[in-house]
Amino acid sequence: MNREKLLLERPLTGAMRPDGRPLDIKEYEDTGGYQALRKALTMTPKEVQEEVKKSNLRGRGGAGFPTGLKWATMAPVEDQRRPRYLIANADEMEPGTFKDRILLEGNPHQLIEGIIITSYAIQADIAYIFLRWEYNVSKHVLQKAVLEAKEKGYIRENILNSGYSLDVIVHVSAGRYICGEETALLSALEGRRALPRPRPPHATLVGLWGRPTVVDNAETLCNVSHIMKNGADWFKGLGRTSDGGTKMYGVTGKVKHPGAWELPMGTPVREILETHAGGMADGYKFRALIPGGASTEFILEEHLDVNMDYDSLQKVGSRMGTGTMVVLDDKTCPVGFVLNLERFFSRESCGWCTPCREGLWWTERLLDAIENGKGEPEDLETLQSLTGTMGIGRTFCVLAPGAMEPLQSALKYFREDFEKHITGNRCPWR
Amino acid sequence: MPTIFIDNRPYTVKKEGGNLLHACLDLGFDIPYFCWHPALHSVGACRLCAVKQFRDENDTRGKIIMSCMTPVTENLRISVDDPEVRTFRAGIIELLMLNHPHDCPVCDEGGECHLQDMTVMTGHVYRKSRFKKRTYRNQDLGPLLNHEMNRCIHCYRCVRFYRDYAGGRDLGVFASHHHVYFGRHEDGLLQNVFSGNLAEVCPTGVFTDKTFKRHYTRTWDLQTAPSICVHCGAGCNTFPGERYGKLRRVRNRYHEEVNGYFLCDRGRFGYEFVNHSRRIRQPFLSRRTEKITGHQEGTVTTEGLFKYLSHLLHFGGKVLGIGSPTASLEANYALRTLVGPDHFCSGMSESEADLLLEISRILRSGPGRSPSLRDVAMSDGVLVLGEDVINTAPMMALALKQAVKNRPMEKVKDLGIPEWNDAFVRIAMQDEKGPLFVATPDSTGLDEIAKEVFRAAPDDLARLGFAVANAIDTDAPEVTDINGPLRALTATIASALKDAKYPLIICGTSCGNKALIHSAANIARALCKTGKPASLSFTMPECNSLGLALMEAKGIRKAFKSAAKEKAEAVVILENDLFRRADEESVNRFLDSIANIVVIASVSNRTTEKADALLPCGTFAESSGTLVNNEGRAQHFFRVFVPEGMSEGKIMESWNWLCRMLAVTENTRGGTWKTDHDIAAGLADELEIFKHVPNAAPPPEFRETGQKVPRETHRFSGRTAMLANKTVHEPKPSDDPDSPLSFSMEGFGGRPPAALIPRYWSPGWNSVQALNKFQSEIGGPLRGGVPGQRIIEPKQLGPAKINKEPFFDDIPGAFNARKDEWLFVPLFHIFGSEELSSMSPSIEELSPKPYLALNADEAQKLGFTDGDVAYVYLAGKSYSLQVRIRSALPPGVAGLPFGIPPLEGLSLPSWVRISKEEAAG
Repeated sequence: MNREKLLLERPLTGAMRPDGRPLDIKEYEDTGGYQALRKALTMTPKEVQEEVKKSNLRGRGGAGFPTGLKWATMAPVEDQRRPRYLIANADEMEPGTFKDRILLEGNPHQLIEGIIITSYAIQADIAYIFLRWEYNVSKHVLQKAVLEAKEKGYIRENILNSGYSLDVIVHVSAGRYICGEETALLSALEGRRALPRPRPPHATLVGLWGRPTVVDNAETLCNVSHIMKNGADWFKGLGRTSDGGTKMYGVTGKVKHPGAWELPMGTPVREILETHAGGMADGYKFRALIPGGASTEFILEEHLDVNMDYDSLQKVGSRMGTGTMVVLDDKTCPVGFVLNLERFFSRESCGWCTPCREGLWWTERLLDAIENGKGEPEDLETLQSLTGTMGIGRTFCVLAPGAMEPLQSALKYFREDFEKHITGNRCPWR
Repeated sequence: MPTIFIDNRPYTVKKEGGNLLHACLDLGFDIPYFCWHPALHSVGACRLCAVKQFRDENDTRGKIIMSCMTPVTENLRISVDDPEVRTFRAGIIELLMLNHPHDCPVCDEGGECHLQDMTVMTGHVYRKSRFKKRTYRNQDLGPLLNHEMNRCIHCYRCVRFYRDYAGGRDLGVFASHHHVYFGRHEDGLLQNVFSGNLAEVCPTGVFTDKTFKRHYTRTWDLQTAPSICVHCGAGCNTFPGERYGKLRRVRNRYHEEVNGYFLCDRGRFGYEFVNHSRRIRQPFLSRRTEKITGHQEGTVTTEGLFKYLSHLLHFGGKVLGIGSPTASLEANYALRTLVGPDHFCSGMSESEADLLLEISRILRSGPGRSPSLRDVAMSDGVLVLGEDVINTAPMMALALKQAVKNRPMEKVKDLGIPEWNDAFVRIAMQDEKGPLFVATPDSTGLDEIAKEVFRAAPDDLARLGFAVANAIDTDAPEVTDINGPLRALTATIASALKDAKYPLIICGTSCGNKALIHSAANIARALCKTGKPASLSFTMPECNSLGLALMEAKGIRKAFKSAAKEKAEAVVILENDLFRRADEESVNRFLDSIANIVVIASVSNRTTEKADALLPCGTFAESSGTLVNNEGRAQHFFRVFVPEGMSEGKIMESWNWLCRMLAVTENTRGGTWKTDHDIAAGLADELEIFKHVPNAAPPPEFRETGQKVPRETHRFSGRTAMLANKTVHEPKPSDDPDSPLSFSMEGFGGRPPAALIPRYWSPGWNSVQALNKFQSEIGGPLRGGVPGQRIIEPKQLGPAKINKEPFFDDIPGAFNARKDEWLFVPLFHIFGSEELSSMSPSIEELSPKPYLALNADEAQKLGFTDGDVAYVYLAGKSYSLQVRIRSALPPGVAGLPFGIPPLEGLSLPSWVRISKEEAAG
C-alpha cells in the first residue's frame, strides 16, 4: 500500500519507521507534516474548534469526553487572565498501558503539530508536555523534536507570520500515578504536592496557576493534525461504530503476539485478541481480560464479540479506558492478578481522602492475606463493602473507584477461586 | 434566603452563598465532619460530612454528596438520615479507626476529642481489621506542643491552619498513601507564634498542649470561667481551667470581634506565673511597721494588718497611689478613689503615659475609628507605622495575614468561586496580596507579606507618615525636604490607601515618638476627609493601658515629683513593679523617701521586696474585673477559682483589698462598695467615658431561670473526696457574691448570655467544636449578644466638620546619625518582653538573652562581629551585652530587647554610647 493511502487508513502510525526510531522533522515534513498547521493558521481559532467538534473526537486518556466540547468551555479571550495554557498529558502510568509511549517515541512531531494547532484553537500562550518520569527515551526524543520545531519556526512568536505565538515546554513529572489525573497534574506542574482539585470550577476556567487551561491526552492530540488535514468527515468514516477515528489498541498477557496496533475505533475485542495478538499462547486457555488498563472491569469469553469503543463496553459492565488489554489466562491466579493491581493502587494513593488512603491499604492487606492462605470467610464481605465505600462520588477523585473496578468484577466472576483460597488456606495456583 | 429540604422538611437558610454543611450545622443538625473548619473553610478531604441528595420528591435513589463542598441552592433536597449515607459515614470512621491506636486512656485529648465524638455520632463500634497498624516516629517540636503522630487521622487541618491561615512554613505534609506524615523536615521548635492553636485545631491527640501535660487533668474535671488574656493589649477572650488550686491551661474563648477562633502562643502558654513559686501567698509586714502594729515580723494576722492600714489611712498624711496598666479598671479606680485623683497616677513610665494620653485623646475625638481585630482582618489597604505587630500585638498580625487576602478575593468572587471553596480560593488567588506597607526601624515577621517595607529611625517614620497624609490631602502639612525614593514610596502608599474601601493605619507607643502618632492621626483624618471610613489602630503595651489613659491618669513621674516636693507619708502600689517603669536610681530614691510602702501584688519582684505591707492579691484567674483593650472594648473577666488562702482573707482580689481600705476610711464615694460591680458603677457614674462599663457583662444578681451558671462541668469528679485529707465533712462550695457564676457543678446547664459562657459543651459535642452550638451563626456572633462594650466611638463628623479640626504639624527634622552615639530603640519579643508570661518555664526557654543589635556596617565600624561583647552606659549603669547583627537596622540606630532583665525600666528611645571596654562611670 502506498504511503498516502496508509496514512489515510492508519494516520497515527502510518508514517512510523519499522525500526521504531523517531521521525526527525525533515522526515515528518516529507510525510506531509506541518501542512495541517499551515492550513489551520489560515482559519480562525473558532473554525478549527468547529472542525474538531464536528469530528466527534473523544478523549483518548480513558474518559472519552468529547474534545471539541472541552475546548469550547475554555474561558473566552475577553477574560483577561494570561497566560492561557494547553497541557498534553503524557503521564501514561495506567498499568498495562503503553500506547502513548509508542506515539511519543515513534513520531514526536505528530504530537507537537497537534499541540500547536490545538493551542491555536484555544488561544493558549504556553503549552506543556507533562511527561511520565520513567519515559526517559521519550524525554530525549521530545526535547530534540521541540528544538527542531523551534528552529523551523513552528514554535515561536508570530508563527509563520500568522500573528499567533506559542512556547512549548517539555516537563518531566517527579513520578507518581496520581499526576496523570488532570487536576493533580496541575498541582504537580505548579510545584506543589500532587493532590487533585475539586470540581467545579473546571480547569478551563481556573487551571494552571489559576489561568484557563485545557488538558488533553497525548493520543488525542496526535489526531488533531490529521483531522485538520483530511477533514472531520474522513475522521468519522474511519471508525466501525459511531465513534470516529482510529484507536491505539494493545494486548499483553499470555498471547502469541503481545503488542499494540492502530485499528479502526470500534474493532471487536475478539478481532484484536485473535487476529492481531494471535490468540492465546500455546498451552494457555483464555479466562478473562481487562479491556482498558488496570482500572477497568473484567470481561469474559462470552463478551468478546463486543466492539472496543466508549459506549459498547459499558453494556457488558466494563469500560474501554485506554484500550490496552491485559489477558488473564487459566494458569494465572486471579486473586494474585488483582492483588498485584491493588498493591499498585494502594501505593499510588496520594493520601488526601479517607476512603482511598485507608480503604486501599485495607484492600491490599486482605487480598495479601487471602493469596497467602491467611484469608478469613468474612474477608470477602469486607472487600465487597469496600468496593461500595470507594465508589464514584464517595472519594475525592477517581483513582480509588478505578482501583475497585477489577476487584469488584473479580469478586463477581471468580468468587469460587477466592473461596478456595480461604477454605484451602492456600493459593491453588502455587 | 433559599429554602432547602432536609429529610422532606423545608428549612430557610440564613446565609446566602454558603455551603450545605455550614447551613445544616447552623440549623442545629448534627452532621459529622473533620476537615471543614469555620475559619479554614472546605476542602472535601475527609468524606465524613456525606449526605444524600435527591433530584426531586420522586427520586428515591439519590446520590451521596459531600455537604461541605455543596453550595446551598434554592429547593436543594437532601437527607441526613438516609440509611445508606449513615452506613457510609460509619464506614469512613471505620476506615480512620483501622490505624488509630487505642490511646484514649492515655491520650490528653480524651474527653474533649472530636474523633471520639464523631465515632459515637456515626455509630461505628466493632473493629473488623486484624492487621498491624501503621506507626510513626514522633518529633520534638519544642516546649509548647506535643507530637504524637500515631493518632493522626489525616484531616490536613494542621497544615492548612499553620501554612495557609497563619503563614508558617516549617510544618508540612510528607510522604503519601497511608503513611502521610505531618511534621517538620527535622525535629525543632515550630517557628510560627500561633502554633499553639494546633492543639485546638487538631481533632485528635496528635498536637496537644505540652505545658498542660506537665500538670494534666481530664477536661471534665476542670473548673473554668470566662476570662481575658492579660499579656498584651489585644484583649483576647480565654477560658483558663483550674483543678486542685492550680491553673492547668488556657484555651480559646470565641469572640467574633476580637480573637475569633485563635490565640497567640504568649497568651495560650503564658499562664504558669499563676502557679509560680514567686507567688505571694501570705500577707507581710516589715519590721518598720512593728511600732504601729506591735506584731512580730513574720506572723501577720488580718487584725494586725488592718490595724496598720487603718493607722496609715487615718493618719492624715499624704498617701500616694500608683496604679497599674495590668490591673483592672475597678482596682485602679478604687485606688484612685482611696487616695484622690490628685495623688493617683497610672504607674506607667512617664513617656508611655504621655503618649497614651495623646492616643486616647485622638481616638476619642476621631475621626479615625479604632477597629476591632475583625475589622482589621477586613481591611484592604494597611499601613503599619513603627510597630512590630507580631511581637507587640500578635493577634493583630494574624488578622493582617487575613487582611491581605481581601483585595485578591474580589477577583476570586468575579470568577464565581464561593469563599468557602478553600482550595480554589487559593488557586485563583495564587500569590497575590492586597496592599500592606510596613514602616519600622527593624525587620518584622510581616515583611514577607508586605508590598513594600521601609526601614528608618522613628523621626523618619514620622516624616513618612506626615508625607503620606499630605499626599492624600494637601491641607495636611507638607514635608518639604523629602528625597526621591521616599517621595515615590509616599505616593504608592497614599494611592493604595485612597483606593482601599477599608483603609487602616496601625501605630503605637513602641517607637516612643509622639510625632509618629500624630502622623498616623493625620493620615486617618486625611482619608476621612475624602469620605472613607478610615480605621486607626494603636497597639497597647499592656492589657489595660487604654483603660488607664481614658482615666486621664498621669505617669509615674507625677508620684516621684509629688514625693520630692512634699513628703508623702505612704504610697499604695497596685500590681506594679516600679523598676520596670523607671530607672533604678529614681525608683530607689522615691521608695527610700517614703516611710510606709503598701504593695498589693501577686508575684514577688524588686518592688515587693521593699514593701512595708505586702498584700497578696489574686491574679487574673483569681480575681474579677474589667479591662479595656486597644480597640476600646471594655471586657469583663471572672474569677476562675478561689486560691488557697482567699477564703481566710490571706489573699484577696486587689479591688477587694482596696474596698476594705475604703471602708476603713469611710470614704464617701467608695466606703460602701462591696463587689467589683459596685466599683464599676461608681466609675461609670463619675467618669462619663466609662458609663457603659457596667454593661460589659451581666451584673452579679443576674440569674438564668433563677439559677447561677456553674463553673464546673456536670461530670466534675471528686468534689468531696478532694478535701477528704483535710476534713471528712463536705464543705459548702465557695460563695461567689461578685458574679452570676457559681463555684459548683450545679446551676443552669443551657446556653447563658455570651459574656457568661463558662465552656463549650453540648450533648454529643465534647470538643471545642461544641462552640457551633453557642453561635447564632457559625463563624458569626454568639447567641445572647457580643460580650464586652466598645466605649470609644469617635463623633460622626461629616467632611465639612472634619475640615474644621486641624491637622497635627509637629513634623520632625530628618534623622541624623551621630558620631559617637547611637539611637537605641526597643525591639520587642513575643516571648520575653512581657513580664508575667515570661515567668512560664516554656516561654522563658524561648526568650532571648539580653543583646545589643546593630547592622553589619555599624558593627564593623565599631570593630564588632556577631557574638562579641559590647558595653553600653544607660541611666547611670553599665551593661555588657552580646552584639547581634540585625542587617535591617538603619545606620545610626541600635536595638535593645524590651522588657528583658536587666534592661527593663530603661527609657527608650535614647542616645547611648557603645564601647568595647567597660565604660567609666
